[in-house]
Order: sequence, then structure tokens, then C-alpha cells
Amino acid sequence: MTVKDVQETLGARYASGEQWADREVHMACGSDMMSDVLAFVKDRAVLLTGLCNPQVIRTAEMMDVVAIVFVRSKKPDEQMIELANEREIPLLCTGHRMFSACGLLYEKGLRGGADYERLN
Amino acid sequence: MSDSIKLNYQITDEDFTRAGEASGDVKKRLRQMGCSPEVIRKVAIAMYEGEINMVIHADGGEIDVEITPEEITMVLKDKGPGIPDIEKAMQAGYSTAPDNVRALGFGAGMGLPNMKKYSDEMHIDTVVGVGTTVTMKVYQQ
Repeated sequence: MTVKDVQETLGARYASGEQWADREVHMACGSDMMSDVLAFVKDRAVLLTGLCNPQVIRTAEMMDVVAIVFVRSKKPDEQMIELANEREIPLLCTGHRMFSACGLLYEKGLRGGADYERLN
Repeated sequence: MSDSIKLNYQITDEDFTRAGEASGDVKKRLRQMGCSPEVIRKVAIAMYEGEINMVIHADGGEIDVEITPEEITMVLKDKGPGIPDIEKAMQAGYSTAPDNVRALGFGAGMGLPNMKKYSDEMHIDTVVGVGTTVTMKVYQQ
């Protein structure tokens, strides 16, 4: 799956970073707690979150997250967009709530980190 | 890889949005030096959690990083309240962070457990009312 597939599945729009839409996504992580995101190493993950502040971008940077999806119609501000652009992380916004957004991606075959670790 | 490199960062609590700048800078340098992605991620996450802790609990502090071909050493020093019960603080899910920190996505009680998980060595020196020094090492080989 690519960032573009994620965007289409969720009917999301790009807040920034559309030029990186072709990047591969291998798994997903949905959380509003950044320390929980940091607790599990993920490979080329997309991060779904309802949290909207610069620490989301920083957490994504440390984890090498491929793209961030803001659920529940949250919109990143200019400072966040700037941080994300410097780190080449596309930002997407969807009106779906967390549960639905994760479910839609799961239905398309995207899995969470725990499944991935067990399979490997 | 070049010889030993020493870096120093002053962490302030003035602006929570800046927390993570130091860790991001170290991550960038390690990538430029050609360190392995696994080492880079371990250092970045361990240091970032430490940096966040300093801002949340200790009004900032100072981080010294030394990079050698063998290992990366991070020393995080603060003049905060100290940790009264390290054993408890190390438990996943235990947190003393205030509600406003939780609203920012932290305070899940995973900071110190994550730092231990991603470092190869971790040592905590703490005195209540004086401050805390956390030393973490990540091996390059």
C-alpha cells in the first residue's frame, strides 16, 4: 500500500506533502498517546492520531513514520506543516473517527505492528 | 566513521513545541555519519523520551552526547524534583505527569520504560529535591 492508497481509502485530503504520495506504507498505528507510539518499533508505518500538535511530527520523525493521518477532522497548523515538510512526512486529514479510519485501512489489508512482529 | 564527537544541548521548558529538537539533531548527525538505522532509531527514541521528561518534570536541563565508533552515550542532567521511587517510575503505565501534559500526548507512563527498552545500558542517579542524571548508552556494534 502507498500513502496515496491510504488517502483514497480514507477519503482524506493532503494538508501537505502530496509529492511523497508514492511512498510505501507497510503497517499502521493508531494512537493519541505519543509515548505508546514510541513504545513499539514499526517499519514504514502510517500514524493515525487525533492529537494535533508539533510533538506528533517529532514523534513521527523519531519513528521514521511514512505519513500522518489526522482523524476527526483535525487540522495541522503552519508550524506543524513546516516541521513535517522539513522531514518529508506527508500530512493527511480525514473526517473519519479513529475506529473507522483504522477499520477501513485494516479492511484493505493494512495491519498493526504486533501482527507484523509475530509474522516475522 | 570519524573519531569521537561531543555534543551539548541546553533544554529549556519555555516552549513545549521545541522539545525534541536536540534528539532530532542527533538523529540527523548519526544518519550523516552512516550509523545503522537500528542504532539511530534507538538513540532517537531513548533521547527524545528523556528530553520530553526533562521538559515535563524538571523545567529543562542539559544533555551531553558523545558519539564514538563503539557506542553513543547520552547524559541527561536536570535540577528537577528528583524521582522518589525509581522502581515505581520504571513501571509501564505509572505516571506523575499533570493533565496538561497528557493533553499533549505524553504522560502515559512509558517514558522511562521506553528509555530502558531502547538503550543498551541505562543508569539513573537521582536525589529528591536536587535533580536527576540519566546516563544511557547504545552500542554501535
